[in-house]
Amino acid sequence: MNLEDKLFLDRYIVDDEAHIKIIDPGLCALCDRKQCLYTCPAQCYKLEEKKVVFSYEGCLECGTCRIICDEKKNIEWNYPRGGFGISYKYG
Amino acid sequence: MKNKIFDAIIVGAGPAGASAAYLLAKAGLEVVLIERGEAAGSKNVMGGQIYSIPTSQIIPGFEKEAPLERCVTEKRLWILTKDSKISMSYKNPEFSKPPYNAFTVLRAKFDKWFVSKAKEAGVLYIPETLVEGVIRDGEKVIGVQTGRQQGQLFANVVVAADGVNSLLAKNAGLHSEIKPENVALAVKEIIDMPSNVIEQSFQLEGNQGLTIEMVGELTKGMLGTGFIYTNKNTLSVGVGCILSDWVKFEMSPYDLIEEMKSHPAVRPLLRGGQTREYMAHLIPEGGYNAIPRLYDHGLLVIGDAGMLVNGLHQEGSNLAMTSGKFAAETIIEAKKKDDFSRKTLSLYKKKLDRSFVMKDLKKYRNTYPYLENHKVLFTLYPQIMNDAAREFVRVDGTPKKTKQWNIIKNTLAKRNLWNLIKDGFSLWRAFK
Repeated sequence: MNLEDKLFLDRYIVDDEAHIKIIDPGLCALCDRKQCLYTCPAQCYKLEEKKVVFSYEGCLECGTCRIICDEKKNIEWNYPRGGFGISYKYG
Repeated sequence: MKNKIFDAIIVGAGPAGASAAYLLAKAGLEVVLIERGEAAGSKNVMGGQIYSIPTSQIIPGFEKEAPLERCVTEKRLWILTKDSKISMSYKNPEFSKPPYNAFTVLRAKFDKWFVSKAKEAGVLYIPETLVEGVIRDGEKVIGVQTGRQQGQLFANVVVAADGVNSLLAKNAGLHSEIKPENVALAVKEIIDMPSNVIEQSFQLEGNQGLTIEMVGELTKGMLGTGFIYTNKNTLSVGVGCILSDWVKFEMSPYDLIEEMKSHPAVRPLLRGGQTREYMAHLIPEGGYNAIPRLYDHGLLVIGDAGMLVNGLHQEGSNLAMTSGKFAAETIIEAKKKDDFSRKTLSLYKKKLDRSFVMKDLKKYRNTYPYLENHKVLFTLYPQIMNDAAREFVRVDGTPKKTKQWNIIKNTLAKRNLWNLIKDGFSLWRAFK
């Protein structure tokens, strides 16, 4: 089963504004490792035309990206507004 | 209108926060419990087990009404190589009778129930509300700023029970950013399966359940474990490793969980099951040395927010509930004295220090750094043990004495005698 199908099983209450932002997209180009691309368990970070892009809709709010972006500290990380975001049925 | 001042505001409705809120309300204090999720438990993930004695210290007789999955009557440890497995187990049906020991739970159900008990006890519960930070008067914390309009709430004490990421404790200046080596990143799936199939494949009767922890090849050399927990008619299946290792080994959690599910030891147990949910969560596993300051003027930090997890024993919910209980007792004392200063609230830390919470974390304070530097325990040793078992089990006409020598020779070829002794000694020192 691939990740996309798994995330499709999860319930999200999607806000219209992102709760996590890449502060300076230019800075990501200078990052050698780009660990966000492979550690995010929902693969919210992707490489598009050599640029790191983030989409918040599938975020599981774990906090991984904020902690591992320790070289450039280029992620502004918040929880979604109250009542929004991932909503586990089992947990 | 003058702002109302509550006795306590608890931020986060997990087991730590719900315990503190419930006990405070029972003692007649005015308590607000704030949760950012649409319902309590909707953001929460664990393996997961709750433990009967610590839970009954909060709500006696909880097992008669709480949404529990199965009584844990067996714990298995698997040591895996790429294909093979050594299994160790302790099973005792006594654990399915009072006073029990542990129960598997699903957090979305359990936390919701726990909060309903807190509400019954008189807690003012406010869901779907994000707390953005503390409000201070000088150095004293006097309330919280929420994301709602006119969203300021005031209290004599604020309790940060907002989980591993604890933005609140950070906002209050109690700790800086978490280090990647001090948390584990775990992913988990809920796989549904009829209860009779679960009972058959795991050799369980009635409400019995089990937990399986797996070490070895499946974490690819990373410090971590895989797990299967049996629920009523679902399985919780997952894998967690120290976050700095995911980075270092360039591994993706969603790939590793798939690989684990297809391991020959795991695959047959999941046959026919359908995945129902996929989740990810951080586990604070930094231990004693990574615990932040846990109290300040008008502020207490409990549960995961305070790094109170004993990862080696898969204990977290019991430390969370017990810290919630100590926080409640401390606030009740502080109210009697009408003094919510740092000095009075330090009673909370003293209670933790005197209990199993800090004693256990202190005991293992060097274990994680040790394991981090001795990855052979997760790679080489499972291989050596499995090789030895294969040689021992295979009947091929080789005399047993020769087999014994083969095992010793193979072991020494992989790790010389001096290193074996060193590993054994340092292992004992790290766990003693």
